[in-house]
Amino acid sequence: MGSKRYLPICLPVLTAAFFLGGCAEIVLFQPRGPVGASERTLIIVALLLMAIVVIPVFIMTFRFSRKYRASNTNAPYAPRWSYSATIDAIVWLVPVCIIMALGYLSWTRTHSLDPHKPIEPGVRPVIIEAVSLDWKWLFIYPQYDIAAVNRLVFPANVPLSFRITSDTVLTSFFIPQLGSQIYAMTGKQTLLHLMADRPGVYDGHNQQFSGAGYPEMHFKAIAVPGQEFDAWVQKTRQAQGRLDPARFRELEKPTMGYPVTYFSSVEHGMFDYVLEKNSRPPAVGPDRARTDKGS
Amino acid sequence: MFGKLSFSAIPIHNPIIMGAVVGANLVALLVIVLITCYRKWGYLWKEWLTSLDHKRIGIMYVILALVMLLRGFSDAIMMRSQQAVAAGGSPGFLPPDHYNQIFGAHGTIMIIFMAMPFLIGLMNVVVPQQIGARDVAFPFLNSVSLWLTVAAAWLVMVSLGVGDFSRVGWSGYAPLAEKEYSPSTGVDYWMWAFQIAGIASLMSGINFLTTILRMRAPGMTLMRMPLFVWTTLFTTVLIIFAFPVLTADLFLLALDRYLGMRFFADAWGGNLMMYVNLFWIWGHPEVYIVILPAFGIYSEVVATFSGKALFGYRSLVWATAAIMVLSFSVWVHHFFTMGAGPSVNIFFSIATMMIAIPTGVKIFNWLFTMYRGRIRLSVPMYWTLGFLVNFAVGGSTGVLLSVPPADYVLHNSLFLVAHFHNVLIPGALFGFMAGFNYWFPKAFGFRLSEKWGRLSFWCFAVGFNVAFLPLYVLGFMGMPRRMESYVNPAWHPYLLIAAGGAAIILAGIIFMLIQLWVSIREKDARRDPTGDPWDGRTLEWATSSPPAVYNFARTPVVEGLDAFMSMKEKGTAHERPDRYGDIRMPKNTAHGFVLGGLAFIFGFALVWYIWWLAILSGLAMLFTVIARACDDDTHYTIPAAEVERIEEGRRLQMAQGPRQAEGQAILRPGGRPVP
Repeated sequence: MGSKRYLPICLPVLTAAFFLGGCAEIVLFQPRGPVGASERTLIIVALLLMAIVVIPVFIMTFRFSRKYRASNTNAPYAPRWSYSATIDAIVWLVPVCIIMALGYLSWTRTHSLDPHKPIEPGVRPVIIEAVSLDWKWLFIYPQYDIAAVNRLVFPANVPLSFRITSDTVLTSFFIPQLGSQIYAMTGKQTLLHLMADRPGVYDGHNQQFSGAGYPEMHFKAIAVPGQEFDAWVQKTRQAQGRLDPARFRELEKPTMGYPVTYFSSVEHGMFDYVLEKNSRPPAVGPDRARTDKGS
Repeated sequence: MFGKLSFSAIPIHNPIIMGAVVGANLVALLVIVLITCYRKWGYLWKEWLTSLDHKRIGIMYVILALVMLLRGFSDAIMMRSQQAVAAGGSPGFLPPDHYNQIFGAHGTIMIIFMAMPFLIGLMNVVVPQQIGARDVAFPFLNSVSLWLTVAAAWLVMVSLGVGDFSRVGWSGYAPLAEKEYSPSTGVDYWMWAFQIAGIASLMSGINFLTTILRMRAPGMTLMRMPLFVWTTLFTTVLIIFAFPVLTADLFLLALDRYLGMRFFADAWGGNLMMYVNLFWIWGHPEVYIVILPAFGIYSEVVATFSGKALFGYRSLVWATAAIMVLSFSVWVHHFFTMGAGPSVNIFFSIATMMIAIPTGVKIFNWLFTMYRGRIRLSVPMYWTLGFLVNFAVGGSTGVLLSVPPADYVLHNSLFLVAHFHNVLIPGALFGFMAGFNYWFPKAFGFRLSEKWGRLSFWCFAVGFNVAFLPLYVLGFMGMPRRMESYVNPAWHPYLLIAAGGAAIILAGIIFMLIQLWVSIREKDARRDPTGDPWDGRTLEWATSSPPAVYNFARTPVVEGLDAFMSMKEKGTAHERPDRYGDIRMPKNTAHGFVLGGLAFIFGFALVWYIWWLAILSGLAMLFTVIARACDDDTHYTIPAAEVERIEEGRRLQMAQGPRQAEGQAILRPGGRPVP
């Protein structure tokens, strides 16, 4: 019986220990950029606020079900007692206060962490145009006229400005350690602003189920120091291949495990070409049919 | 002749599917053989399949729910074991093609064919009795709802062996669900099964709303209705407003898939996010459609087993009403990551958080009902206590997800999966299990085994936490949902633990089946002659167990909340009326069953493009409805003498039977009452 008494205390402690146990791998708690860091803090604050309700519920459930058990005839019994204005007021007002606090937090943070909002308005960001394909990611660097498939290289400590669209079904672009994900939608463009505050290799992936090759749709996001990034741009310009609509039509065919590929030059306006192509009906011919991907 | 259907539709090459198909067919064959051996076909047809009795329809709904629970859970076991082995580049034992069908089938089955039939079944058994009515408002419509639901469930089952199921997930997002990306019949099976079941649910909603508003016993004003009746009322309102949106959404998808329209194709002026919006305008209220009735069950259980009136009845009613209204203003929280502006996201964020307020109020009301009670820890009460603790956690992770920037990193992760299971399993399933154990003696006249019931509960409660707490951690580790395989080795240990949790839940389900088996075998010893085994407070306990077909020989007159409890206190609970009157009851009819069968053929024909069969079965359905409408001889009369005979038999049974067999000592709790 003794162990039961401590259950209300033990359970949250054990749960917390369980959560923190494998801390080394819990990427959302190891953000590598300002967006992710703010989101981590927000999550922790919100969870603590919620504990104000959850912990009393734990304690009261265990305490009441033990104390007022039928066999304990010493406990008071009030079969007709069914209302108390004070208790009613408290159980309405406490959640209202918590939600007001959380609502304030949500209001301010939703504005400050708006994915559309540039991170450091004064600084010139690196612009990256991301296109989700079956089942790979294409990253175009319009400022440098280069592109890469399934590899995102960018300078650390420089804001990144993403334009994102999908050339296939709905997908979601996400690099957990940098923060916010956002949908990539066919024929639509979304904006996302991220920044890495230190060099490193981060996992990125599609977070929205998109068919057979979905588990393969991940990439390495590599943040490098500024000079190294310039060197990488120069090196990529030496690569084989040019990305133009013809090459894109080849690229958009469904594949799994597509190798990392670099393009030394990109036709001007490639991203808008993809956007346009998916937001207008094709002029002639039958619609693009993806060859029996499902079955 | 047979559209797209050919022998190649049977997945002979897949040993797992074929094993399941053979197993399911063997079980079906065994059932058929047993029914034939015991010569029960006539009984089954006359007393059950054609029955319009709300209690029998309710029982059949619950049987469907339990069968589909087994199917949905075997999908869950397969997903958990696949993810437990498919680590670090290993393909596991399920190919993506098969795995992607399983998670869609699991979601569809658990929501549409387990939760919905379970709650509608319990409503059927209980609500008319709680309001002192003899049946629902439209008994025939009730039968149609049941058989349409069975037809839809059957479509899902058939998709296992003939063709395939949707690989798009239970929500069927466009454009992945469009023909261009999913050309096989899977999405069509999903779509028509969903569509048929949705229409059946809508009819149930209309039926119960009318029943509750029009058929309450004299004296039962709205504010004297038991909480389960209230939550049923709110649920039916949600059903009536939400389901037509789903019907329209799926209909537009059908037009896209069958007639090449472009409602959800951006390139043609359609909009893929329109599908998502419409789906969740139904989908979020749907969460409350399955949870609110469970809230009602907890309210009944907690008051009965605490031997106390419910704390803050009015507060509970208004809190539930607030949830009902708010549930329509939150759907965008399912896609905060769409890229909408902060103002849109904040509106839906705060609307979502506001739901937490009435929900929190309800939890404290249940807790204060226990306060200064005499709590009998019977199986339904165990499920209720398990709910309180676990639901608090699930609710708070939900509030966390309602903060858009938190959702930006947790959306579509296993954290989300853990959250909604943490809400739906304690919130809905635990409630249905509480209700199942609570009202089983009412429906069948004998109690379920407490021992096996408790074992089952503990396995569920422990297994649930072992299975889903690691998923929260995995969400923080950045693992997306619906992964057939993965390369990150750090996720593996947590997925192994989760698989262990699923195994513990499996034990819970096995114990539940043993509980049923043992209790049926010992049913004579477990019989409850009183009709009131738990010292109940509401009118359903005033009838015999199982109740006579007409429930109440004389319509009770209600004088306050907890109508039956006040009757017992006044000693008027089992008063013999001066005289009995004739009772008119609806006759059994086969039309509902036939409509269900035709709906199945209709759906199957549409899935396989067998146009002649679709037209034929469609016309046959129309004809059946007209035939029923032309039938004027739909009722029969039970003469007063027969009613008297039945009622006197019951009195005799109550007088002779062992009074309050199992719960005698605790039935009238002692102690010192506090005024």
